[in-house]
Amino acid sequence: MSATATPESSATSRPVRDRADKLRQIKLLVTFAVVFVLVLWMAISIDNSQVLFLNAAELDAEHQPKSINGLVWVWVAVGVSGLALALAALNLVPRNGWALLIYLAVGLSFYLAFTIWYYADQDAGGVEAFITNPLPSMVKYAPPLVLGALAGVICERAGVINIAIEAQLVMGAFFGYVISSLAYSNGAGMVGAALAGVLVAVVLGVFSLRYHVDQVVVGVVLIALALGLTTFLLGQIPTEQENASLNTMLSDPPDPLTPIEIPGLSQIPLVGRALFNQSILVYLTLLAPIAIWFLLYQTRWGLRVRSVGEHPKAADTVGIKVSRVRWQAILLGGGLAGLGGAFYSVGSSGSFTDNAANGQGFMALAAVIMGRWHPIGATMAAFFFALTAAMKDDFGLVTKVPSELIAVAPYLATLIAVAGFVGRVRPPAADGQPYVKD
Amino acid sequence: MSGNDKGSEKETPVETTDENEVAAEENQPRPSGARPNSQIVDTVLTTAAAIFLAALIGAVLMALSNQEVIDSMGYFFVYPWDFFTRSFDVVTTSYGALLKASLGSGEALSHTLNRSAPLICAGLGVSLAFRAGLFNIGAQGQIILGTLAASYVGFTWSLPGPILLLTSIVAGILAGALWGAIAGALKAFTGAHEVISTIMLNQVAAAGLLAYALGELKSFQRPGDTLGLPQSPPVPDAAAFPEVFGVHLGVVVALVAAAGVWWLLNRSTFGFELRSVGVNPDASRTAGMSTAKVFVLTMAVAGALSGLAATMFINGDQASNNASLVGSVGFDAITVALLGRGTPLGSVLAGFLFGALAVGGGAMQTSSAGTAPEIVQVVQGLIVLFVAAPAAVRWLVRQRRKEPTDTFAAKGATA
Repeated sequence: MSATATPESSATSRPVRDRADKLRQIKLLVTFAVVFVLVLWMAISIDNSQVLFLNAAELDAEHQPKSINGLVWVWVAVGVSGLALALAALNLVPRNGWALLIYLAVGLSFYLAFTIWYYADQDAGGVEAFITNPLPSMVKYAPPLVLGALAGVICERAGVINIAIEAQLVMGAFFGYVISSLAYSNGAGMVGAALAGVLVAVVLGVFSLRYHVDQVVVGVVLIALALGLTTFLLGQIPTEQENASLNTMLSDPPDPLTPIEIPGLSQIPLVGRALFNQSILVYLTLLAPIAIWFLLYQTRWGLRVRSVGEHPKAADTVGIKVSRVRWQAILLGGGLAGLGGAFYSVGSSGSFTDNAANGQGFMALAAVIMGRWHPIGATMAAFFFALTAAMKDDFGLVTKVPSELIAVAPYLATLIAVAGFVGRVRPPAADGQPYVKD
Repeated sequence: MSGNDKGSEKETPVETTDENEVAAEENQPRPSGARPNSQIVDTVLTTAAAIFLAALIGAVLMALSNQEVIDSMGYFFVYPWDFFTRSFDVVTTSYGALLKASLGSGEALSHTLNRSAPLICAGLGVSLAFRAGLFNIGAQGQIILGTLAASYVGFTWSLPGPILLLTSIVAGILAGALWGAIAGALKAFTGAHEVISTIMLNQVAAAGLLAYALGELKSFQRPGDTLGLPQSPPVPDAAAFPEVFGVHLGVVVALVAAAGVWWLLNRSTFGFELRSVGVNPDASRTAGMSTAKVFVLTMAVAGALSGLAATMFINGDQASNNASLVGSVGFDAITVALLGRGTPLGSVLAGFLFGALAVGGGAMQTSSAGTAPEIVQVVQGLIVLFVAAPAAVRWLVRQRRKEPTDTFAAKGATA
């Protein structure tokens, strides 16, 4: 201890710190220092400060790439990460929700700097690649992840583990396609997708709530069943010789959902077109987290859901019908996830490809855990995964870094985030436990 | 345990149930006062009923997907007999083809055994993790790492025959163990949930390492194969498991591994700690066990078993390593482990059953009935579901009994 400070001031300014607190500071210091050094190196290594930026998801008549001074933004990122590093060094990073803002700022500045560095100084051997605004495609990719994660949150808060998000997405995608084709209506397709998700939830409920089968077992089995069943049914679509009218209907689904522009709001720079020029499915996705948060935390029903997930016996004692509340929760969750699955058919291509969800249900499950079983946290995590899905599209043109490294970067980032900062998480106390009334 | 080799060869999938249940009996604590014999009979019956029910639902799907049957439904009320005979024909042809292709001849049986070997190994890995309360979704990534290491050593190093084989296998096992141990260490030292970390590690293995090796590394690209799917050369014969009657010796290694896992779980100190942590980590910690050690070692051994599964492809089938080599074996392994109720013998039998169904499924499609092979996947799922839900099966076959439903619990997802 230094002898310069008077005993009084050192006692007030230096509270006793435990090991966990020091460890936290070391982790933050190391992470922020790595980010700072990388961003600084990128800023120094850029020769030509001009990069092309397109403020839209894709080229059209109104939107052409403009040349902007990228280097300035990289130096801004250097400043932000340097500031965060200084805060961590002085141990001034807050311990409450504001810390999240700092993490977000550091993450964004790294993303910004990396993107600009990646596109700067291209060998002009033809058409120059341009940076696209990642927000519109991020929001576009969000529905299955966000709605799937919310489905997981609702089920698990009610004490039912829902591994079967993947199954609900795949079934939603398939039945969204079939029903939208048969009715020639995207609205009907979305309803059909939600109902398909509910169907999966019914099977989950029958076996886990009625027969007390281990919920993880049911979930894993449901994924296998859904994948098998959709592939099987896809193969059963009659050929033209067998049933001409059905074949025509199914081979000609209606055009996928089109963006609906909200006048005025869509003119907001940068975020306007991302948030207010999207399909109806995306608007539902943007509203759902708020609605589910309200439902879980501000209504009587939400309190009941959380209570049967934490302590079903206590809930039963005060007269809550445990089984009924759990049923309601998983059916609602199934509907949401099924709707999310509609993205793969009604929302993007109109038709169904085999294994459409391709593991995104598992990513939604990871988002549930990363978001600590909270609707807003899970939504943030899901949006992060959606951003990484959008990145894969955007970074294909230039090959400054092996494309495989770009592909795994989000997963590595998740691993680091989960290992370094999320750490030990606590699921709802009665998660996965069937409630048997004595 | 080593006697299983012969035993499982002779049995049809339906008959495997009794041994499966014996395994469950041996390894799981039974409620005090329950008479073992009646319980064995009971569980054998429910398992048989589960398989029968799943096959029945599969049969309905087969019949309804057949064009001739659908045609006959058009005049069902005029001449219903046609519908039944045609349905019966389709179902018997399909299941006949399935049985013939998977068990019908020596060659069929060897196909089934070769197909079962990776499922058994990876299923053992998932089972072991389940017993420690860990939900190992990462078998897929661990197998991919194993295939990379085993094939790289196999086709680049030049060592005399048996040593090359051994080095290649060890490389595969170590790579899988490393990948598993990462997830275990993250759980032990930072508390990162193993479901997240194994999912992420799967992606890193498939989209990162495997894609990089196939796309960028010259040694992984088969010469003269620039067009089409990038793939590695197969390992030379020196690095392949010797074959006896079309069955590669990897199958024997898989069974030895099952015996090893049984010993580890039931006869070793570490196995006791593993099961203890799986039942109650807090109590185990209080009793002086290191949960960190158990998490890391369990995941390492689970990964090693997945790595062994990888050698079944590389050194057993002498397959070229490509993006679709592993397929969904890593995920099927979870189903195998669940059907096997977390026991080694159960995993062996479940792996054999799934191997037989996978081999037979292809044959159904080429049979005259032309049944879609995906039905097999549906039947597999239904079997696991019904086996896990004895009460549901009893209700379905109308033999209600007042016994508590006792299912194998995978605690990993909650821990």
